[in-house]
Amino acid sequence: MIRVVLPYHLRNLAGVASEVQLEAAAPVTLRSVLDALEARYPMLRGAIRDYTTQQRRPFLRFFACEQDWSNESPDVELPEAVTAGREPLLIIGAIAGG
Amino acid sequence: MSNVRVLVGTRKGAFILSADGQRKDWTVEGPFFAGWEIYHIKGSPVDPARIYASQTSGWFGQILQRSDDGGKTWQQPGTPVGEEPGAWPPKSASNRFVYDQSAASGKPLTTHQWYDGTQHPWEFKRVWHLEPSLTKPETVYAGVEDAALFRSDDGGENWQEISGLRGHGTGPRWQPGAGGMCLHSILLDPSNLDRIYIAISAAGAFRTDDGGATWKPINKGLYSKYIPDPTAEVGHCVHHIAMHRSRPGVLFMQKHWDVMRSDDAGESWREVSGNLPTDFGFAIDVHAHEPETLYVVPIKSDSEHFPLDGKLTVYRSRSGGDEWEPLARGLPQKDCYVNVLRDAMAVDSLDECGVYFGTTGGQVYASPDAGETWAPIVRDLPAVLSVEVQTLP
Repeated sequence: MIRVVLPYHLRNLAGVASEVQLEAAAPVTLRSVLDALEARYPMLRGAIRDYTTQQRRPFLRFFACEQDWSNESPDVELPEAVTAGREPLLIIGAIAGG
Repeated sequence: MSNVRVLVGTRKGAFILSADGQRKDWTVEGPFFAGWEIYHIKGSPVDPARIYASQTSGWFGQILQRSDDGGKTWQQPGTPVGEEPGAWPPKSASNRFVYDQSAASGKPLTTHQWYDGTQHPWEFKRVWHLEPSLTKPETVYAGVEDAALFRSDDGGENWQEISGLRGHGTGPRWQPGAGGMCLHSILLDPSNLDRIYIAISAAGAFRTDDGGATWKPINKGLYSKYIPDPTAEVGHCVHHIAMHRSRPGVLFMQKHWDVMRSDDAGESWREVSGNLPTDFGFAIDVHAHEPETLYVVPIKSDSEHFPLDGKLTVYRSRSGGDEWEPLARGLPQKDCYVNVLRDAMAVDSLDECGVYFGTTGGQVYASPDAGETWAPIVRDLPAVLSVEVQTLP
C-alpha cells in the first residue's frame, strides 16, 4: 500500500479529503505510483504530468523521506519506507503567486 | 418575466450573478472552482442549462468543467465526481488538448515564431475561450494558447484540433503578444454554419468557409505601426472581434490600437475610431437589437492599461463607428485605474438591451438601458477575466 499526499487543489479535483492510498505493482517507482493514482482518479490526468511529454509540471515537486525526487528518473525505485507505506509520497505545489 | 444570468470568470474562481428582467436586484453565487483562474465560462445558446467553463492553473494545467443544470452542479466531462473509476485508460480526457501533427491531416506543423525571431515549438498552455455551437449542445469550440482551435462533439469529453487553421500556411509567422499567443475570439455565423471567424494575438483574424477545413487570413486594411510591415498579411495584435447575428458579414474589431469595421466578412477593414479619446482597448460588443450600435471601453495606451484620466467610461456608437458618445452615468469618474479585458463585456437580449462588463478591479457593472446608466452588481470580486450573459425565459 502506497500513501500519496496531494496538494489542496488536486484533493478537491479528486474529491478526497486527505491522503490517498494506492496499490502499485513492484518495483514501485514515481511512474508506477502516478500511473496508479491517475487510474484511480482519472480527473487528475494532465494535472500532475503533461499529457504529451509525461514530464512533471514545472510548479510541482515530489518529496519522499525528506528527499526531493522531482528530478530523479521516474523509473527509479522509491525508498522502502514509501513502498511499505510507512512514509507518504508528497506531491507539493510551488509556494508562489498571488 | 425573463431573467438574466451573468457568468463571470475571474483570477480566483467563477461567479454566477442572477436577476429578473428589471436587472436591479442581484443574487451572487460562487466562487465556483475557488482559487483557479477561470478564463471563460459560457452557456449553450441551444440549451441554456448547459454551461462550459475553462479552469486553469499555472500549477496544475487545464481543466474543463461542464454544468447541465445552469451552474448548480459541475463535472469534468467524462469523469463525474463520485463515479467509480473504470478500466485504464480512462474513457475520456476532457483536458487533453493535443496538437494535430499527423501527416494524414495534411499539414504537420510544429513551430511558430518566438519573441527573438527564432522558431519555437507549439506548446499547449490553456483554453482562453469556449464557444458553444449554435445548433448542438454537445458541440463546443475551444480557442487555446498556443494558438489553435479545438472542437468537441461529445460535450467536452474529448477534443480534436481543427488543424487546417494552423496548417493553412502562415502559422510559422505567428508570434505571441505580451499575453501569450492565444486564440481568444471565436464567432460562429448563424446564417452559414460552415463559416467561422477567429482571432489570435498577435497573428490577426482568420476565416473558414468550409467548416474549418481551410482558412485564410482576413487582415487587409489593418495598419499596425509596431510591426516591421504595418500592413502585413499576419502579425496584427487583434484584441477582440464582434458581430451582430442578424448581419454576420459585418464585423467589428478592437485592435491593439484602432477600432475597425468590415462590411465584407473580413475581406477588408476600415478604421472607425472616429472621435474616441483613445482607440486602444480590449473589449468590443454589439447591441442585441441594433446592429449598428457598438460599445467599447477606451484604455489610455498599451503602456498604461487603465482608463484615460482615471475616469471609467464606455463609449457607444449608434452609427456603426466613427461617431462615439461617452456613457459614464454610474461609473467612477475619478481615481479609477482598472482595465477591462477582451472577453469581459457582453449584452443580454431583453427588449431593452442590457450591457455588462467586468474589470480587473473586481467590479461587474450592468446597464439595463443600453448604456445610459450603470450600476455595479458586485464590487469586490477577484480580477475579472470574462463576462457572458444568458437571457432566460
